[in-house]
Amino acid sequence: MAVTPVLPKLVGARVKRREDPRLIQGRGTYVDDIALVGMQHMAFKRSDVAHGRIRSIDTSAAEAMDGVEAVFTGKQIAEILGPMPIGTPFPSPEHRAVAVDTVRYGGEPVAVVVARDRYVARDAADAIVVTYDTLPAVVDLEQAMTGKPTVIHPDFANNLAVALVPSGTGVSASGEVDDTAIDEAFAKAEVVISQRMMNQRLAPNAMEPRGVVAQYEPGKGTMTIWSSTQNPHILRTMIAALTGLGQDQVRAIAPEVGGGFGAKINIYGEEYVAAAVAKQLGISVKWIEDRSEAFVATTHGRDILAFVDLAAKRDGTVLGLKMRLVADIGAYNMLLTAAIPTLTMMMANATYKIPAIRTTLTEVFTNKTPTDAYRGAGRPEATYFVERAMDMLARELKMDPAELRRKNFIQPNEFPFATQMGAIYDSGDYEKALDAALKACDWEGLKAERDAARKQGRLVGLGLSMYVEVCGLGPSSALPTGGWEHSQVTIERDGRISATTGASPHGQGNETTFGQMLADQFGVPLEHITILHGDTGVVKQGIGTFGSRSQAVGGTALMLAGSKVRAKMAKFAAALLEAHEDDLVFENGTIAVKGSPAQGKSFASVAAYAYVPVPLPEGLEPGLSDEAFFEPTNNTYPFGCHISMLEIDRQTGEPTLLKLVAVDDAGNLINPLIVEGQIHGGLAQGIGQAMIEEVVYNEDGQLVTGSFMDYAIPRAIDFPTFELTATVTPTPSNPLGAKGVGEAGTLGSTPCIVAAAVDALSEFGVSHVDMMLRPEKLWRIIQGGQS
Amino acid sequence: MTVNGKVRKADVEPRLLLAHFLREQLRLTGTHIGCDTSQCGACTVIIDGRSAKSCTIFAVQASGSDVTTIEGLAKNGDLHPVQTGFWEEHGLQCGYCTPGMIMTAVTLLNDNPSPSDREIREGISGNFCRCTGYQHIVNAIQHAATKR
Repeated sequence: MAVTPVLPKLVGARVKRREDPRLIQGRGTYVDDIALVGMQHMAFKRSDVAHGRIRSIDTSAAEAMDGVEAVFTGKQIAEILGPMPIGTPFPSPEHRAVAVDTVRYGGEPVAVVVARDRYVARDAADAIVVTYDTLPAVVDLEQAMTGKPTVIHPDFANNLAVALVPSGTGVSASGEVDDTAIDEAFAKAEVVISQRMMNQRLAPNAMEPRGVVAQYEPGKGTMTIWSSTQNPHILRTMIAALTGLGQDQVRAIAPEVGGGFGAKINIYGEEYVAAAVAKQLGISVKWIEDRSEAFVATTHGRDILAFVDLAAKRDGTVLGLKMRLVADIGAYNMLLTAAIPTLTMMMANATYKIPAIRTTLTEVFTNKTPTDAYRGAGRPEATYFVERAMDMLARELKMDPAELRRKNFIQPNEFPFATQMGAIYDSGDYEKALDAALKACDWEGLKAERDAARKQGRLVGLGLSMYVEVCGLGPSSALPTGGWEHSQVTIERDGRISATTGASPHGQGNETTFGQMLADQFGVPLEHITILHGDTGVVKQGIGTFGSRSQAVGGTALMLAGSKVRAKMAKFAAALLEAHEDDLVFENGTIAVKGSPAQGKSFASVAAYAYVPVPLPEGLEPGLSDEAFFEPTNNTYPFGCHISMLEIDRQTGEPTLLKLVAVDDAGNLINPLIVEGQIHGGLAQGIGQAMIEEVVYNEDGQLVTGSFMDYAIPRAIDFPTFELTATVTPTPSNPLGAKGVGEAGTLGSTPCIVAAAVDALSEFGVSHVDMMLRPEKLWRIIQGGQS
Repeated sequence: MTVNGKVRKADVEPRLLLAHFLREQLRLTGTHIGCDTSQCGACTVIIDGRSAKSCTIFAVQASGSDVTTIEGLAKNGDLHPVQTGFWEEHGLQCGYCTPGMIMTAVTLLNDNPSPSDREIREGISGNFCRCTGYQHIVNAIQHAATKR
């Protein structure tokens, strides 16, 4: 699998984005910007109780309203739409897009209105009267596991969705468990750190709420569906399956997508309902989510409780790790829900040599919005749990947290490294990242600064964290959707290039980075290249953008397709130049024999010849277009080190982040400017989790944090200027050597900030504080030393 | 009202939000809607020289006003310096908050042509961005401040 070597031209340069001119002028087309002739609008009537049986639904007032086209209850939707599928192999209760007789979380749809405009649709939804026989709400995770106060799904005793899956040292592929190694590790331990930690529930909150437009054309029997989704090809597959259409009869389009962060991977009930209603009525319908709706209707993230035990010798050598995980997955399994916490198990090995690890996972149903992927999806949780335990160990042993890490690192010459959790880490140099971070922040100087501040009575602390994550998801054995990506590259007759990618972006800048790669590969200007994405009618195959896989998997598919076309183009050029194809170089818009650029042929003239090939070179077909699927044999494992400095106001308990230094190693970088933007964004969400974000339910299962009034989205004023450094350790998993960077910032940030908070509170004897760092919580510690 | 220099007349429902009037009746879809509680600022436009959240104003309240939306910012094909700053400094990713963020930045710089980073961060705290972590947005606005 030879890939054309990447020329040091645009690849690696800080190229400004080609997406931006339309977006900074308000000319992007997001789902809500689409208006079709005759299009109707949908609104959902949603449950206002967390758990209850539907006693009655009265839709008469809604149906009588002027402009209302149709009203569907859950029963009526069930007649035209099957139950919602999931993408994981775990057993799952039946889940209807619109509840039929029981509601299991506040905000679950109970009826749908189709009307002339969105105002009428909303009025009509509000006019639907639903009465419930309220059932006790299952809210507390640990209580839920005992089946109290009730069982949500009758077939899932004690609300257990997934019960105690063991993984790690001594656990065979078939699930047989041998405790010898883990027991020995803890028997030899001179110190054991044990801590209960909560990685709290978050609301992803892409700035564009979800939305869908479904258009059914009865004459042709075809469906076009526009959706704010991260993966239009998966959407197409699922919509076809649930509407009874073939995949050839469904076209799914992700137009401009205003952020996703994992929450737009799932295929939602509203998308299925829009398609089913459009097909049933033979019309086009639009549904746009309100923000308040998004808080209950779009999947949440995280919400994993961990009981962590870390065994070590007093010299800091780690001997063993136990991690018992309990995930609150909400009321139903969504597309990937059940699989997300398994990534937390998978990454429990972190960056260390740990002789024995045992993890167990229990997933529990509660009367809350279902969880699914959120930026990092399982890996930030793993990082947080292990790094918090390492920090506590350092504190217990009075060791520098950096030196404790250094003592336990997997070494550069040990890669590929088979972890206790079954992962094969591709490449790494963790000490290099640690040293880069220590240097970038002047670790010793920072300690002196902290100590000086403390002498003045200020509560200042430092925190450090390592991370390693799993990105570039593939091969297919690791992903139920298929672990590949697809691209088609076409040299047009005028010498311009069209290229498709199945990695459908929503802010990642693929039009720029993919264009950079092709520009170098073909020696043509970036402006001559168009990257097409997001439309299954144009992009024939694809998986989507998640798990930091666009560049590593999608970018490689693009380069492979480009290589095939380039090889064919070289044959045409060789015929014109009466030269050997291996002697040709593609540079500066010409194809020429190496060393004789002046005698070359213009790129456009070779393209024109390929489409009117007189004479046709022997053994060649006309045209310049080819495709490639790329499936990596392994994931990639980016890593890094984050360091923070934080101050807590002694009077109010309010924490302020003073400094955040991040060293991230994502392998080879195509566009460092875009990479920095990705890291900044990840940091913002990680810092948000550590300091201000938290989804809160009351004891009745009512969402307390149901709007931006109550759920804190970080603002510009909440952050210091981030200080970034990159180290570069290429991956052998793909020919680009790129590892992926979209989620990195969410991994190292939470543990390093909590470590800094604990350090700042050290005079009060605190060893751990759960996120988020609510001022009240910190104030109470300052007042009475209670954690 | 005058929108981007053009007089627009319409009879509207009293409850019609300005944001919906701009987006759906004038088809100026560059003004986005990101929340329903006036926090996020995606819908920010400039009304009579001041930035305003158009989801929190009824269309009738803007009757007689001079409204500028993101579509009206570039003049004769030349980008406004704030737009240029966002492009040069990678001040956007998904682009959804961008129009509102740019409109806020325009009035911020009108009020304070040489802001500190801190003043920029305070000035845009009524606008949420979930992608960028704001750092490149701060750089973008500084770029505009120094170049205009």
